[in-house]
Amino acid sequence: MNRQMNRQLLSGDEAVALAALHAGVSLGTGYPGTPSTEILETFFQLGGRAQWAPNEKVAMEVALGAAFAGGRALVTMKHVGLNVAADPLFTAAYTGVSGAMIVLTADDPGMSSSQNEQDNRRYAVAAGLPMVEPSDSQESYDFFLAAIDMSERWGIPVLFRMTTRVCHGKSVVVPHPETASAPPPPHFEHDLPDRVMIPAYARPAHLRLRAKLAEIAAWGETCDLNREVARVVAGGSVLGIVASGISVQHAAEAAPGASMLTLGLTYPLPVERIRRFAASVDRCVVLEEGDPVVADAVLAAGIPIEAKADMFRFGELDVARVRRILAHDMSPEATAPSGKAPELCPACPYHTVYNTLRKHDCIGSGDIGCYSLGVLPPYQVMDTLVDMGASIGVGLGLRHTLPPDQARRVVSIIGDSTFIHSGITGLVEMIYNPPPTGHVVIVLDNGTTAMTGQQEHPATGRTLEHTRTGQVSIEAVARALGIPSVTVLDPHDDPDGFERLLLERLAASELSVIVARRPCVLAAADIRRWELQATARVLPQLPDGACEPAGAAR
Amino acid sequence: MSATGSPVTNVVMAGLGGQGVITASDILAEAALHAGLDVKKAEIHGMSQRGGLVSSDVRFGERVFSPMVPHGEADYLLLLAPTELAAVQGCLRPDGVVIGTDLVAPDDLPNKRSLNVALLGALSVYLALPQDLIRVAMLAALPEKLHATNEHAFALGREAALARRAAGG
Repeated sequence: MNRQMNRQLLSGDEAVALAALHAGVSLGTGYPGTPSTEILETFFQLGGRAQWAPNEKVAMEVALGAAFAGGRALVTMKHVGLNVAADPLFTAAYTGVSGAMIVLTADDPGMSSSQNEQDNRRYAVAAGLPMVEPSDSQESYDFFLAAIDMSERWGIPVLFRMTTRVCHGKSVVVPHPETASAPPPPHFEHDLPDRVMIPAYARPAHLRLRAKLAEIAAWGETCDLNREVARVVAGGSVLGIVASGISVQHAAEAAPGASMLTLGLTYPLPVERIRRFAASVDRCVVLEEGDPVVADAVLAAGIPIEAKADMFRFGELDVARVRRILAHDMSPEATAPSGKAPELCPACPYHTVYNTLRKHDCIGSGDIGCYSLGVLPPYQVMDTLVDMGASIGVGLGLRHTLPPDQARRVVSIIGDSTFIHSGITGLVEMIYNPPPTGHVVIVLDNGTTAMTGQQEHPATGRTLEHTRTGQVSIEAVARALGIPSVTVLDPHDDPDGFERLLLERLAASELSVIVARRPCVLAAADIRRWELQATARVLPQLPDGACEPAGAAR
Repeated sequence: MSATGSPVTNVVMAGLGGQGVITASDILAEAALHAGLDVKKAEIHGMSQRGGLVSSDVRFGERVFSPMVPHGEADYLLLLAPTELAAVQGCLRPDGVVIGTDLVAPDDLPNKRSLNVALLGALSVYLALPQDLIRVAMLAALPEKLHATNEHAFALGREAALARRAAGG
């Protein structure tokens, strides 16, 4: 094959999708989250089978089932999504898998579009799962194929960690599908001690996990995910850099004369290889974005290295910051002047809602989505924002605790996709432990996961591929749970009606859900097109009702 | 200069969400790819696309490492929104060139939405890349119904940059 002819300019996300296709991944699942969203969308566009789950925990479980069946499964999420999916993750490390399972976490150092900058390398250590980290798009492709083989060889889920710059940065990829191993045919064998984690089976499973990790650690000492470039500098002292992820690229540019040990396998670490490398240079610096995960582990192994100063744990690294780290320059860094801040689209249906909340000095328990922009001027109607679904639980806690005159002004504000992700259990709590003043939950339903680029979700009734499927009705869920007052209206068409309703519900000591429904202005044209396409297909007649049978029309 | 000492061309493009910054940087990066060069690009997606500042870095040469243009090392700044100059001009090296709306005003274009392509046309005058590679990449990135308008915008941008150059600018 002509390498020159076959060069493609791909983002890391696109490169992973292409590798998943070439590896014969049988199912890709996940929940949208910047910067991971494009992986499943591209996988579908390339011809792969991809689907959105209601949240990351369910996605993780679906992928685990696929891998128990002997398939090759991919589950994608942003870093905070792995918190939601952590429960199955930790025990999947014990059960292992029959096929392959890649758990892709996309971290966001610097928080370009996230609520924290947690470092998910900690999950590899905590759960006891191998972690692979690419530094550009070619490695995203190459390492994904390698991760599939690792997962099948040791029967263990593999964590694949990318970061914003690797996910969204584009660089040249030369694909090599001919090197991908063929996927084995799916097949189920009863194996209760391996797959059923009752204590009697889980105890030996934990021992098996640690034995697998010891084998992987031994393999990792020589595997080619870790690479070494030795440079001989005539007459000068030799600088050695141990780097992983995007830091590899910054370091190669900032210190072209340095010897480099680049780590593609960051858990388990190739400790002896690092020890030999550190001994071969005059000065050894560990470069990593975020927490000092590699540096701490290497220092704990008694290897003399330099870690970066703590000020570089915050935000992204870049070439300039790497130069500073190498020069021990800890002088204050200039903050770049900020450009124009994002804002709600001029025709966004949420303006009416936020005007009303502001006018009546509501206490807004907010949630995650582009409606989070309600925190910025001119509205500033979000008083709290923590995690997906927190608007309802936090709102209830505020209502339980505040004096009645303040409690009556507390409103939970949650989007449609976020409601499906983690809002339903909040409503269950509201029914079970109602505050004395009642509560008001506003579901901002714009018919799409707008924040991440207009993805489908279970309440749109369309799949990731925009074809018709079972549809979950938000208002029917609320009514079925026993919320006494459930109202659906278009706040943009009827702002006065929305204001009257809100004041009435705030005054009542009752539980209320208001579904403020109007399509996202950015998605409206696409939604109309998808609906037409979906209706044009031959569909079995579904009974009228709240919840259509899942997958009825696929 | 890159690690190997061979030159890397650094371009930063900036504007507001919806102005076509990402499309323009994709076009330039594809053109560099087809010139047989190593190329990398970096940008932030997500919240910034709701009308806020969007910027994208494109780097090409024999070998490119970091996808982000180091602060103060951009050769060219393609600026679609003049209001954002203060926020982004720190990317430029001291003798870096700003290609902005003083060169091609949106009102002089058959369609204001082609400003991104018009400024690409102006940039093409300064680059060692063959302009036809940029034009071909531009046509490949846009739907056919927009080809004529954007060909025109690209040509207008080139003329404006050539005129500025002839005037010694």
